Amino acid sequence: MPAYYLEALTVTLGLILLMAEAFSTNRSKAWIGGLAAAGLAAVIALLFFAVGPDAKPDAAWSKWAVWTFYQFDGLARFYKGFALVTTLFVVLLSIDFRSILARFTDHPGSESGTGEFYALPVFACAGMMWMASAKDLAGAFVALELVTITFYILVAFLRRNVGSLEAGVKYLILGALSTGFLVYGIAWIYGATGTMSLAALPQAIAHVQSPAFLLFGIALVMVALGFKVGAVPMQAWIPDVYQGAPTPTTAFLSVGSKAAGFILLIRFLTPFLAETSPVRGQVLALLAVLACATLIFGNLAAIPQTNFKRLLAYSSIAHAGFLLLALAAWTPGDANLLGSVNAVSFYLATYLIMTLGAFFVLGQIRIQADGERIEDFNGLGKRNPLLALAMTVLLAALAGVPLTAGFLGKFFVFSLAVKQGLWWGVGLGFVAAAAGFYYYFKTIRAMWWQPAAADAKALVLPPVTKACVAVLTIASLVFGLWPQPILALLQ
Amino acid sequence: MLALLVFLPVLAFLAILCGAPARLTAIAASVVNLALGIAAAAAPKAACWAFSVPVLATPKLNLAFGLIDGMSVILILLSVIVTLAAVLSGKAPEGREKLWYGSSLLISAGAIGAFAATDLFFFYAFHELALIPTFLMIGILGRGDRRDAAWKITIYLGFGSIVLLAGLVWLASVTGTFDLVKMLADKTAIDPAAQKGIAALLLVGFGTLVSLFPFHSWAAPAYASAPAPVAMLHSGVLKKFGLYGLLRLAIPLLPDGMQVWLTPLLVLLLGNILWVGLVTVSQKRLDLLLGNSSVMHMGYIFLAIAALAAVPGGNTIALPAAVILMFAHGISIALQFSLADNIEKSTGSLDFADLGGLAKATPALAFLFGIGAMASIGLPGLANFSGEVMVFLSAFKNYDPSAGLGPVQIACILALWGVVISAVYMLRAYRNVFQGPAVAATESAADLSFADRLPALLLVIALFAVGLYPNLLLSLLK
Repeated sequence: MPAYYLEALTVTLGLILLMAEAFSTNRSKAWIGGLAAAGLAAVIALLFFAVGPDAKPDAAWSKWAVWTFYQFDGLARFYKGFALVTTLFVVLLSIDFRSILARFTDHPGSESGTGEFYALPVFACAGMMWMASAKDLAGAFVALELVTITFYILVAFLRRNVGSLEAGVKYLILGALSTGFLVYGIAWIYGATGTMSLAALPQAIAHVQSPAFLLFGIALVMVALGFKVGAVPMQAWIPDVYQGAPTPTTAFLSVGSKAAGFILLIRFLTPFLAETSPVRGQVLALLAVLACATLIFGNLAAIPQTNFKRLLAYSSIAHAGFLLLALAAWTPGDANLLGSVNAVSFYLATYLIMTLGAFFVLGQIRIQADGERIEDFNGLGKRNPLLALAMTVLLAALAGVPLTAGFLGKFFVFSLAVKQGLWWGVGLGFVAAAAGFYYYFKTIRAMWWQPAAADAKALVLPPVTKACVAVLTIASLVFGLWPQPILALLQ
Repeated sequence: MLALLVFLPVLAFLAILCGAPARLTAIAASVVNLALGIAAAAAPKAACWAFSVPVLATPKLNLAFGLIDGMSVILILLSVIVTLAAVLSGKAPEGREKLWYGSSLLISAGAIGAFAATDLFFFYAFHELALIPTFLMIGILGRGDRRDAAWKITIYLGFGSIVLLAGLVWLASVTGTFDLVKMLADKTAIDPAAQKGIAALLLVGFGTLVSLFPFHSWAAPAYASAPAPVAMLHSGVLKKFGLYGLLRLAIPLLPDGMQVWLTPLLVLLLGNILWVGLVTVSQKRLDLLLGNSSVMHMGYIFLAIAALAAVPGGNTIALPAAVILMFAHGISIALQFSLADNIEKSTGSLDFADLGGLAKATPALAFLFGIGAMASIGLPGLANFSGEVMVFLSAFKNYDPSAGLGPVQIACILALWGVVISAVYMLRAYRNVFQGPAVAATESAADLSFADRLPALLLVIALFAVGLYPNLLLSLLK
């Protein structure tokens, strides 16, 4: 099956969901979410049968022009799967979050319009899948815009909630600005090299007379991609938007959107970081500066936070810092060392597991304790010990405690940075990890050591959330001990 | 088989989580582990102990256990003995049995895993596994200022672990392998500049975990507020991980690096022995006194490490000295924390002002605590004596009278005063608690029941066995 069927199927699924929303009654829309989840699961299954033109060079579809701006390799498969799995979990999270959605969109008791909240992530997912296959800057731009425009709606979805609207406006303005940077940067690169194809770039840049124009273009594109992944100084939107957006959207932004940004960054940078590239040194220096700034800002600014959702926003900046550090220590990888691309991919996979798990718990705290502050976790160890245990594991994994998946990700990054002698990055990375230890454990402390508020009730999880939290918690432990399955997917 | 030793407590923890009777399961697992540990000490050369499962292709990581040398065997033996004593000691608060026994088992699994691991990655990882339940137990079930104490130990040990991780990643990067056995066998010549950096990170990282002065201030409050089994397991077993790490990695692999930091290390260890020793003398509560004394005694083991570092490849007595003292201190401090918990249970206080004359009402408790106190001072016949004597001797190994006293010898002479200091505070504590006229709290105190005596007896037997016949352990180190 040609790989581009996957995107086509995903878009079709989104359209079906929109129709389902339009022609269904307003009492309950949960089944639309169920349909979306089932459809996404089916696409995930099909992912294993998708092939690129190399597998069947004789087939008629292998000769289509689509392959000039669309590629399918191991990395594309991995990140397509990543986008699909993220979207699947986000849809599941939205199903249990629908009471809040209904409260802030229409009058209570009616779920009118909330079905769109299951359809929009599916469209964004199609965009992320395309980003994973980007081979041409123009194509990459279109895919990125599909994702970004969908997110404008998703962030501002709670139209009767001021916080959500404010977040939506902020995201719209800054997002539009970053789009401008992206197009402008692509234009400069095209002007300097005469091509927009990433495959043709290595040859084109070898003959560039003066790299100044090219570097200017690269810097502009990196501003736009830095906005996507949350790199300092393009991180300013993250705390407010994450805090204001509906929790499933925040989860989607922090995992799906970030991963899509990173795969695009990898695709975009690969030609410029090749051994023969004349701008390799400058690009690496730029990456190192971004990584150090992001590590420091994300971790230090997270320390004083009291709102857990905002804390996760800063933590997502912090994790972006570690990922950028792995890119700054660009290494192809050998028998003794995981390459940068694989290290980033592995890190993102573990980040998906831990972060989505934390968002599932946060969603229920938001609904049942009516708050998102760290205080609202007080006494969780008494109110629901198993959930508190799971949350402890997830937070410990985010902090990077050994034998959890989060540790291995950081471990690979540090190995790379040590190997490349990025001592500043290594030093800041360890300071950052220590700070992370502090702020994640602050929540663990609240759960176990602080007494619950006097009127706190026991916390009961709905079945979908319960299953997802269990799966993600166990996964974050299993992959901490046995990471081989994730790495096997990358081969 | 070593994998069984490590995973049996984890399996028991899972069983408890699923509803098995907590105390019984924990005791059963610990007894089986004790038997396995003794078997490992009896036949350390047997091939059945090694275990290896590949977990990652690049970089090559194996979940591997093995008995690298006698030091691993002795520390595993220490772990299983103290674990059994810890699950037998103390009483879980109503309704918290799962947490109480489950945490003890996890701490034990982490410690055994760290001592048995032959892969650098899991060596580090298992120790961290043990820290999390330690933090939680102190924070949830501790006494007194438990939240502050727990937060302090979390921050300090978290910091120490991260510095340590930096050193270990660096070490793995210069040796090109995570396999400890391979690393030690190859003895890769490491560039002296890198050695200097790695040794500094390892000394600070491991040092924080072992409460090396001035990174020690977490220890006493944490032990004072920790529930008895956690105090026993952490001070007795888990803390030895840092010393084990220095002896296993820093001494053989980083001779030049350790040489560079020798003088600073000597100054810091004197801080442990003299400064913390004097702090201990001024304590007004038994639990804080024991916590501080355990910090102080780490100084002697650091002295042995310094003696090893000072004479690269030549100090044959310092390694056995350090290992025996680690074992002896682990057993004796566990004994003291276990009995201190009994004192608090029967009198309701550990404040010297509220205690006195307890020996009349509780002769057995007084006798057993006396043995623990004497061991801690270093009375001949008890295990600590052989360790301390060997440490002092090791400092003068290769001593050349014509060249005058070197820094290690001067440190040793100053450290000898530590013996006096510990005699002062231990005997004072004993007098304050057990002798003199009985006061209201101690008049009607109940003596140890048979169940309470069991853990103490187990530890006392170990103290006498090694004290009277140190060859039990020394033969393992040959």
